[in-house]
Amino acid sequence: MENPHSATLTQEQGSSLWRDGWIRLCKNHLALFGLAVIAFFCVIALLTPWIAPYGYEQQDLQLGASPPSAAHWLGTDIFGRDMLTRIMYGSRVSLLVGFVATGVALVIGVLWGTVAGYAGGRVDAVMMRLVDILYALPFMIFIVLLMVVFGRNILLLFLAIGAVEWLTMARIVRGQVQNLRHQEFIEAAFSMGLSRWIIIRRHLIPNTLGPVIVYTTLTIPNVMLLEAFLSFLGLGIQPPQSSWGLLISHGVESMEEYPWLLVFPGLALSITLFALNFLGDGLRDALDPRASKD
Amino acid sequence: MLRFILSRLLQAIPVLLVVITATFLLVRCAPGGPFSAEKAVPPEVVRALEAQYRLDQPIWQQYLSYLGDLARGEFGPSFRYPGRTVNELIAGGLPITAELAFYAMLVAILIGVCAGVIAALRPNTPQDYLPMSAAMLGICMPSFLMGPLLVLVFGIWLEWLPVSGWGELAGDKILPAITLGTGYAAYIARLSRGGMLEVMSQDYIRTARAKGLPERVVVLKHALRGGLIPVVAFLGPAFAGLLSGSFVVETIFQIPGLGRFYVQAAFNRDYTMILGTTVFFATLIVLFNLLADIIAVWINPKMRHQLSRSR
Amino acid sequence: MPFLKMASASLLLSLLVMACGQGESNTASGNRQGILHLGNGTDPQELDPHIVTGVPEHNILTALLEGLVLKDPSTLEPVPGVATHWEISADGKHYRFHLRDDARWSNGDPVTAGDFAWSWWRALQPSLGNQYAYMLFAIKNAEAYFRQEVSDFSDVGINVVDDHTLEVELANPTPYFLQLLDHYSYFPLHRATIEKFGPPDQRGSLWTRPGNFVGNGPFSLTGWQLFKRVVVEKNPHYWDAENVSLNAIHFYPTENITTEERMFRSGQLHRTATVPIDKLAVYRREHPELLHTHPYLGNYFYRINTEVPHLSDKRVRRALAMSIDREAIVRQVTKGDELPAYTFTPPDTLGYTAPDGFAYDPERARVLLAEAGYPGGDGFPVTELLFNTSEGHHKIAVAIQQMWYKELGIKVSLHNQDWKVFLNSVDNGNYGIARAGWIGDYVDPNTFLDMWTTHGGNNRTGWSSARFDQLILEEAPRAEAREQRYRLMREAEATLLEAMPIIPIHIYTSKSLVHPALKGLEPNILDYTLYKNLSLDPTKALPD
Repeated sequence: MENPHSATLTQEQGSSLWRDGWIRLCKNHLALFGLAVIAFFCVIALLTPWIAPYGYEQQDLQLGASPPSAAHWLGTDIFGRDMLTRIMYGSRVSLLVGFVATGVALVIGVLWGTVAGYAGGRVDAVMMRLVDILYALPFMIFIVLLMVVFGRNILLLFLAIGAVEWLTMARIVRGQVQNLRHQEFIEAAFSMGLSRWIIIRRHLIPNTLGPVIVYTTLTIPNVMLLEAFLSFLGLGIQPPQSSWGLLISHGVESMEEYPWLLVFPGLALSITLFALNFLGDGLRDALDPRASKD
Repeated sequence: MLRFILSRLLQAIPVLLVVITATFLLVRCAPGGPFSAEKAVPPEVVRALEAQYRLDQPIWQQYLSYLGDLARGEFGPSFRYPGRTVNELIAGGLPITAELAFYAMLVAILIGVCAGVIAALRPNTPQDYLPMSAAMLGICMPSFLMGPLLVLVFGIWLEWLPVSGWGELAGDKILPAITLGTGYAAYIARLSRGGMLEVMSQDYIRTARAKGLPERVVVLKHALRGGLIPVVAFLGPAFAGLLSGSFVVETIFQIPGLGRFYVQAAFNRDYTMILGTTVFFATLIVLFNLLADIIAVWINPKMRHQLSRSR
Repeated sequence: MPFLKMASASLLLSLLVMACGQGESNTASGNRQGILHLGNGTDPQELDPHIVTGVPEHNILTALLEGLVLKDPSTLEPVPGVATHWEISADGKHYRFHLRDDARWSNGDPVTAGDFAWSWWRALQPSLGNQYAYMLFAIKNAEAYFRQEVSDFSDVGINVVDDHTLEVELANPTPYFLQLLDHYSYFPLHRATIEKFGPPDQRGSLWTRPGNFVGNGPFSLTGWQLFKRVVVEKNPHYWDAENVSLNAIHFYPTENITTEERMFRSGQLHRTATVPIDKLAVYRREHPELLHTHPYLGNYFYRINTEVPHLSDKRVRRALAMSIDREAIVRQVTKGDELPAYTFTPPDTLGYTAPDGFAYDPERARVLLAEAGYPGGDGFPVTELLFNTSEGHHKIAVAIQQMWYKELGIKVSLHNQDWKVFLNSVDNGNYGIARAGWIGDYVDPNTFLDMWTTHGGNNRTGWSSARFDQLILEEAPRAEAREQRYRLMREAEATLLEAMPIIPIHIYTSKSLVHPALKGLEPNILDYTLYKNLSLDPTKALPD
């Protein structure tokens, strides 16, 4: 810190990394398309209460399940509820779970993994064994207990999912940091007398960004599916609320009779996941620090 | 290396003990006991059942006697299946789930590594997008969607493959393995593509190329070794995940495997079964993580060097 | 990469090995060999009749064991089983059974009256933890012995006269006693076998394993692969073996009903345990001959917690019950030809039909709700409707939630819980309205009504009526003629439905898909099957 030379060096590197990254991302059309799709879904989700064509629990038992028509663009489910409306409301839950729980997992996992990988030795051993313990606990019982003790709460669901998903993240980050730690540029930063936190923040974390971003784009869909799985088992969100995952798992049961109940929520989820993956790909390429040397 | 393995094995003991204790307490805190049923169970019967399974003792005594049984390698009788011990149930389900996980892993590695490596050779071209998008299909389709779809197409419409079962009819292992494996293929594809890109931009690859080695040799001989490290690190947890996470696939295809026991035991409040499967999976996870670390060291000579230096 | 090569090679190899085409289906080969393939719901937990509690176990046990009396599947009237004939005393409390000489265990031993007495003794051992011990409480002093108030088993009304004569004395004239004898709690067990594998009151000893199990039914146990199948084969020592047409039955656990239906479609099963809701319309349209539905002795209903302040008012409860359009539910939601329920006991339960306790009348419901202080639903607290996680319960709850909102203007929030948490909540009165189902243990209104007494373990609503208790516990058991007893029962049921601590929704239907080759099935409200009557016609195949 005392060395003015090193301070300007790291700052320069930091800012140019992000700026260069943005420029490179803009050149990647697929990634931009992914970003646009996600942004579009987010805007729709935000505006749903004002633009949805029907109420999400509004039934028409006489109508029952009907294929797409002028009145119901994506058809209706067996209660005669408009599928477009339900998918729009479902996107609110799914996207929120996806982003919030992944955010939780990201923050805990990256910090935990970096510290463990950087510290090494006994600290690393203790921290990673704690991860092992949490990996091994029966997840279902854990969720059931959370729901019973704290009541049903969608925030809790996010926390519970986040609390499980950070484990793999921590392992991946730790592996990366361990690999980086003894590389020349880190040793060089050490010899320059930079403090540990600066090294972690300025050098280790940015250099692990590639795998972290790849894994994050994989975690978001994973979290959405986990939410669906939990809801399906009765441990997640409550009807008549819905999420994409829940719509799909119900749609599967009648896929031969009412395919539109499966196809449309399936498409919504798949398109989002594809978009996320393209975006993650683009981000990874854009933020690769070594690529910036070329 | 041996010391590293030994110390990790020693570390596993407190890990397992904490897992056992925490699970033991967790299951007893969960509402609803193993014997609750829709038709009310008379109090005399409840008392008799609790006496048979030692549930009438104070909890610390139950805990100690459980640890005692465990030290002798006994998981105790299942509450849900009165005539069966947990050992017997696990022994019955394990080979099936392990076989399923193995086939699924093969499917995942085959699809994942091929797609990832091919994609990394020409990033941001159709040669990148096509295999990656194909590998992504698995991740974009949850197994509870993929499974029934495969059954519908290959089991019902085409009538090529059986719709359920395991080892009963010819070909009944194909659909479950594909359903379970494709979900992991995308992960492996992403990781191997990321790893390969990382490696391909490194100096020693440039050196190899500068030496005029053919691209095929550069990729297969030099790049793959380093590029697959993230994949290898992922394999350990992934295999453990495949074993314990095969619940959905086992349910769709009516496969009598461990994944189903694990989840159903939780719902049945089958205390001994929950504990037994948890201890079993915890041991597996610890072992597979250790194995992944060992392989990572073995592949990356630099880390081997560090390891000997730091101990 | 040698590893990659190895992996791809082994994958291709295994694919080749696995993909040698689909052979003959189960049903095709079964029709030829006389092997019946049955979908059996969940996997059996045990095969000890004094431990098990479920329908899947019942299905297997009726193939392996036989009681004193069987039922005619078409009328459900008693027909001879191990007993050829029996006498009933004028006061209806003394039964004398004459056992057939040629009844044999599957190891050739004769079946004697002592076997029955010993089995019933075992069923009443408190340390065994038999959840269905109460089925035997019709016998004099059986309940007292089970509760350890009587220590000498000879005080219990069971008397072995000789090897082929058994006398039973009942506590009260119990007109449905012969019905009970066909329940697995009353089946005889082979004493020497059980004692060979452990003390008689030990749970889970190995006597129920294939090779060990000795039974007296038309089939004997030859295979039990957990979660895969239970195999029973024709028992040559069975007294009526020459009339048993099937050579074997395979029972498959089919927890996933969607998969079960696919197994049926691909010819793996002769009969399914149930039918997925969404498939009912398809079969009805395309293959009505494969779909079998008939009323089943059970009621799908909602419990109301009468201790919750705003639900303690009878008018509120009646308003809730009267504003549900049951016709719409069975037509649009459950779709299985279920009967809308306006009584608790299913109509025509062995001649008993209770008068409707209410009708669908939203107009009247609104008036009642207004009288209770919630005109148009104003001020009615948001009430929780609890159900255990299941697609079927969810669908009904969603429909009812909307009906109450539309007709009464009240808001109900839906909560699903996993099964054990759900049971715990209902048991502790920690609910507002909760989904429930009740399947009769035997064909008599008593099995539907005695649960609603003040101390009935299955009441769980907090509702209590002195008059109801007196009718069910005092007056009806002492009634001598069936008609008099039914009159008292009808009065009790009217009292129950007037107070409405429960909202009946529909009478269950038994739904199954049946292969055209399977002959001899008779529809009845117990879904009772006499396996010895079944046969397979090899000339019949599934339609395309």
